[in-house]
Amino acid sequence: MNTNMSDYRQCETTKKFVCLDAQRFIKLNAVSAVVFLLVGGIAAILLALTRWQTVHLLDAEWFYRILTAHGLNMLIFWILFIEMAILYFVSTSLLNSRLFSKGLGWISFALMIVGAVMTNGIIFAGEADVLMTSYLPLVAHPLFYLGIILFAVGALVGVGNFFGTIYIARRDKTYKGSMPLVTFGATAAAIIAVVALLHGAVALVPTFTYSLGLTPEPDPGWYRLIWWGLGHMSQQVNVCAMVAVWYFLATMTTGAKAPNEAVCRSAFVLYVLFINLASAHHLLVDPGVGAEWKIWNTSYAMYLAVLASMIHGFTVPASVEIGMRLKGYTRGLFDWLLKAPWKNPGFSAFFLSLVIFGFIGGITGVTLGTQQINIIAHNTLRIPGHFHATVVGGTTLAFMGLTYYVIPLIFQKDYVGRSWARVQPYLFASGIVLMSIGMSFAGSEGVARRTWDIDAAGIYGATTHMFLGMVGIGGILAFCGVLLFVVLAVATLFFGESNEGRPMKCWGVPEVIADLSKTDGSVATADDNAEHDHDHKHDTRGTMVIVVVFLLAFAVYYFANWGALADVWWVR
Amino acid sequence: MSIEPPPKNWFQAPTGHERVWLGMAIVWCLIMSLMMPLWHFKGKQNSTGESYIVEPQDFLERTEQFVDANKVGTKEGRPVAEPPPGGDAYLVARMYDWYPVLQLREGETYRLHVSSMDIQHGFSLQPMNMNFHVMPGYDHVLTVTPTKSGTYTIVCNEFCGIGHHAMIGKLIVK
Repeated sequence: MNTNMSDYRQCETTKKFVCLDAQRFIKLNAVSAVVFLLVGGIAAILLALTRWQTVHLLDAEWFYRILTAHGLNMLIFWILFIEMAILYFVSTSLLNSRLFSKGLGWISFALMIVGAVMTNGIIFAGEADVLMTSYLPLVAHPLFYLGIILFAVGALVGVGNFFGTIYIARRDKTYKGSMPLVTFGATAAAIIAVVALLHGAVALVPTFTYSLGLTPEPDPGWYRLIWWGLGHMSQQVNVCAMVAVWYFLATMTTGAKAPNEAVCRSAFVLYVLFINLASAHHLLVDPGVGAEWKIWNTSYAMYLAVLASMIHGFTVPASVEIGMRLKGYTRGLFDWLLKAPWKNPGFSAFFLSLVIFGFIGGITGVTLGTQQINIIAHNTLRIPGHFHATVVGGTTLAFMGLTYYVIPLIFQKDYVGRSWARVQPYLFASGIVLMSIGMSFAGSEGVARRTWDIDAAGIYGATTHMFLGMVGIGGILAFCGVLLFVVLAVATLFFGESNEGRPMKCWGVPEVIADLSKTDGSVATADDNAEHDHDHKHDTRGTMVIVVVFLLAFAVYYFANWGALADVWWVR
Repeated sequence: MSIEPPPKNWFQAPTGHERVWLGMAIVWCLIMSLMMPLWHFKGKQNSTGESYIVEPQDFLERTEQFVDANKVGTKEGRPVAEPPPGGDAYLVARMYDWYPVLQLREGETYRLHVSSMDIQHGFSLQPMNMNFHVMPGYDHVLTVTPTKSGTYTIVCNEFCGIGHHAMIGKLIVK
């Protein structure tokens, strides 16, 4: 540490140094994130209660308006604000470094807030009923595009500040050797974010100038290709950040130890290298691009990124298994999992997120993104059924779990309503699972996404309506989960007991029943990979069973979809 | 410990279960990669993206010519057109209508041209649940062979404005 110690405080829980400048921006971004989550959540319940055809709450105009707001607030504003908070944290505290620039932090935050408020304002004013994708030739008010552009520039500045911080940490040698795995994963997310945001600029700047009447209309096919360079790649930012958070929460809650960091890190590198053409998934039944282009850009690029996710799907639970076995939970295949801290919301949110992301989101995503299978899935409710399992049941739930540590560690307030907090991840997860499954089945019945009403077609029967009822009920449960999350966070900020000068009130971590590692198992040091605990370090039998079950489920779903495809009309 | 710098010798080959899983995952990814080219040559359902640049007005004119030459009746106020087997069929997508009603024969193959007059639409054939994207300026050619007779509904499944849900068309297979 080469700067004034008064710019830091030492965390009583983790013994890490917290840069106070970074802490301020973590707080600002995290609070903003929760506000936009609430806006997006209120929008979500209105949409769920409208798609539940029996309730059919909103009128058509407001349905599309609220749908536009929901997409942007959830997928862009909530997630990017909290990811900014994550970037500030992992580049400073975990690297023992100070923040690169306070000024850039302010510029980034100001641009993001102005952009997000501007975009919301113009949507609720009814001047941008174009949905999140704003597919040309639909045109919104220029301020809609300007708001998103400002937000994106702000995010880019924030990412620049992150790279600046990494640079000074390396230059000043604030940490030894390689950066921690969590920071490495977040760095991968930041690299992808730069590429994604540049795609956004290429798609949206000419659209903005077109909406002002200054330039000719961009080609709608070109727009789709480039826009999804933003739209899909930013989901890979979320995946990277989520996996980094999984590793973080696994470490904090169970003392997890990665079986092999080279493998984990290589998987992050695969994300960076092979996600860049994923916008192809959205163009699989489009005109303008040929079969060769579609197949190549789906499989070549995608399946190496899928491989990366399948690797994390093993290494993350394996890390928990190894950590738990080193603490003495060695009996049988699953003692380590049964004795995991299921009442700790950090752990339950993380593990539920892992399961929902993998078993529902991952399997459906790869299958729907298969070139030909997309014929029986494109633009049906199967697609939101997939991505609510990845980005909501996966990413959002993981970030909720993170919040149960961010508020005590960074805001230095112990949670109020702790028993409610222990329930919250389960409530939210059950709602999202119900909703995702309802959407997927309704989509298989041919129900379109982004449609206010399905009864006008007069072709959907009772089964379809039952699945839409599942969407509604799941939506209500998930909304209660969001509301509980926000209420607890806000109540804690105002009324939570300060934990300054002492460690945070522990959510509960598994006790060490037989110390099989050199260290105490909670705060390990870098040199704890001695050979004597070799056996427990590589005993991942339980995880192996889980991933084999996963692969079987994957194969069944995948080939069942080929079977369904074979039943439809011939088409070339 | 993923929140600490790793030990110096962290770069090592995977061992044990992890190595086995890595192998399984790579094989599975390869199988999935090969399924698509395999289906492209052997399967009957493919999206080749065959398309041509077209001005919306020209596409509408071609459609009107097609309807005039092949009209066999009317259904719900819209003309019904039956293209010759192996021939071209035209379908216009516009806010909030599919035009005309097509009548096809089971087991025959047609070149179905779909394009939009205004903004983007989604061609979603129900209850078959086959979905293709429709854009203005692109004449999207689907070489289709109906395998089952019946009356089908075409739903628009890309948001196209306030009347999107009511953009319903019909397609008859005899």
